Amino acid sequence: MASETSDVVRAGAVIHPLLVRVCHWVNLVAIVIMVLSGWRIFNASPLFDFVFPRDITLGGWLAGALQWHFAAMWLLMANGLVYVLYGLFSGHYGRSFFPLSPRAILRELVNILHGRLSHHLGTYNPLQKMAYLSAITLGITLVLSGLAIWKPVQFQELATLMGGYEGARWVHFLAMVGLVGFALVHVIMVLLVPRTFLPMIMGRAPRVAKDKEH
Amino acid sequence: MKERPPRVIETLAGMPAGEIKLIERRLFLKKSLSLGSLALLSGCDVTNADHVQKLLWSISRWNDKVQGWLFDPNKLAPTFPESAITRPFPFNAYYSENEAPEVMAEDYALELAGRIRERRSWTLPELYALPEVSQVTRHVCVEGWSAIGKWSGVPFRHFLEQVGADLTAKYVGFKCLDDYYTSIDMATALHPQTQLTFKFADQILPTKYGFPMKLRIPTKLGFKNPKHIMAIYVTNMYPGGYWEDQGYNWFAGL
Repeated sequence: MASETSDVVRAGAVIHPLLVRVCHWVNLVAIVIMVLSGWRIFNASPLFDFVFPRDITLGGWLAGALQWHFAAMWLLMANGLVYVLYGLFSGHYGRSFFPLSPRAILRELVNILHGRLSHHLGTYNPLQKMAYLSAITLGITLVLSGLAIWKPVQFQELATLMGGYEGARWVHFLAMVGLVGFALVHVIMVLLVPRTFLPMIMGRAPRVAKDKEH
Repeated sequence: MKERPPRVIETLAGMPAGEIKLIERRLFLKKSLSLGSLALLSGCDVTNADHVQKLLWSISRWNDKVQGWLFDPNKLAPTFPESAITRPFPFNAYYSENEAPEVMAEDYALELAGRIRERRSWTLPELYALPEVSQVTRHVCVEGWSAIGKWSGVPFRHFLEQVGADLTAKYVGFKCLDDYYTSIDMATALHPQTQLTFKFADQILPTKYGFPMKLRIPTKLGFKNPKHIMAIYVTNMYPGGYWEDQGYNWFAGL
């Protein structure tokens, strides 16, 4: 696959601010616990004729899975709140995800179909912008639908918005599918463009020569 | 709930609470032993470590408190038209439907205990003579499924006031014929929709739905709605519950 690798940042420049990096890895822990325990909870009363293999779920039985789920939700929500507030008010979102137009997304899609995968450290192409914005939206949807399922009486207005208690279960499930799908693509892309990995830990663009192997 | 706990627990009814807790904890820890990929990935049984289990239990206690704060004593659970009632309404217990306990109506007497002024027992005709209200509400199971039903009986608050219960006490506990037991917070006990229920779908409660009476709480998960109630007591000592003592969240509010 042909790939443009001209990075727009000089080596050593900060790509991911410290707070974004901390939130990213805390989020990974929270999401893994939420998803694996969520699968065990799903299995107790599946929405359709499917259950997740027991061995890849967390909690051992329903009560254990619920304990994990309702413990990790605090980590997920606190971390998510810090991240979103930072993104909104520091200008991080404004700089990283915008401007974004449907036309630009379409053009990027055509590029990819032609085998041109562009990746520049320090800036996102329109598809990446869309993917990360979708992930954030899915995360917020998961939290809101989760609250509606947890408290369909106290938060009944929220539940109504999701199509009632049963509707909220579907929204919660489908948003999980979307987020897990994002995570898979996300990991595959990091494997395809490995020089993006270290900056999410160290924060800076690598000082080594740019890789040209793609 | 469809998942059965180890049968041992059912035979422990007479033991001191402390001992029961210890045994149940051990059972709970055993149950958590078959954990999934997280344990495999990390290469150790981090999820079963005693301190992890302790942490999860204490967060669950914290979640009880949070739910107590979130609980609005005046917020009503959504109600539905009778056309929305789920038919047939699912049977649910820790045993199968044909194991539901039979109660002889003429021998039945509801026992009252604890912080209640008039602790005499109540016969069924006396209970049936109490003012009746009905509700069509959603029953939500901890497993995730839900069903809409119609329940009729006396507002629990009315009953508690009539027998002179200490409404400032923390908990109301229930003991049931099927060895089930549970307890709720006083705020929920006094909620306008919390109902001492004698009828389901306008018929005297059939055995499978909890004859002669159940407590219907549309603001709590299904397992907080005890059936076949034999005794009600008011207390300031945390009474726990059948599922709660095994790890299910105690407040379990909706």
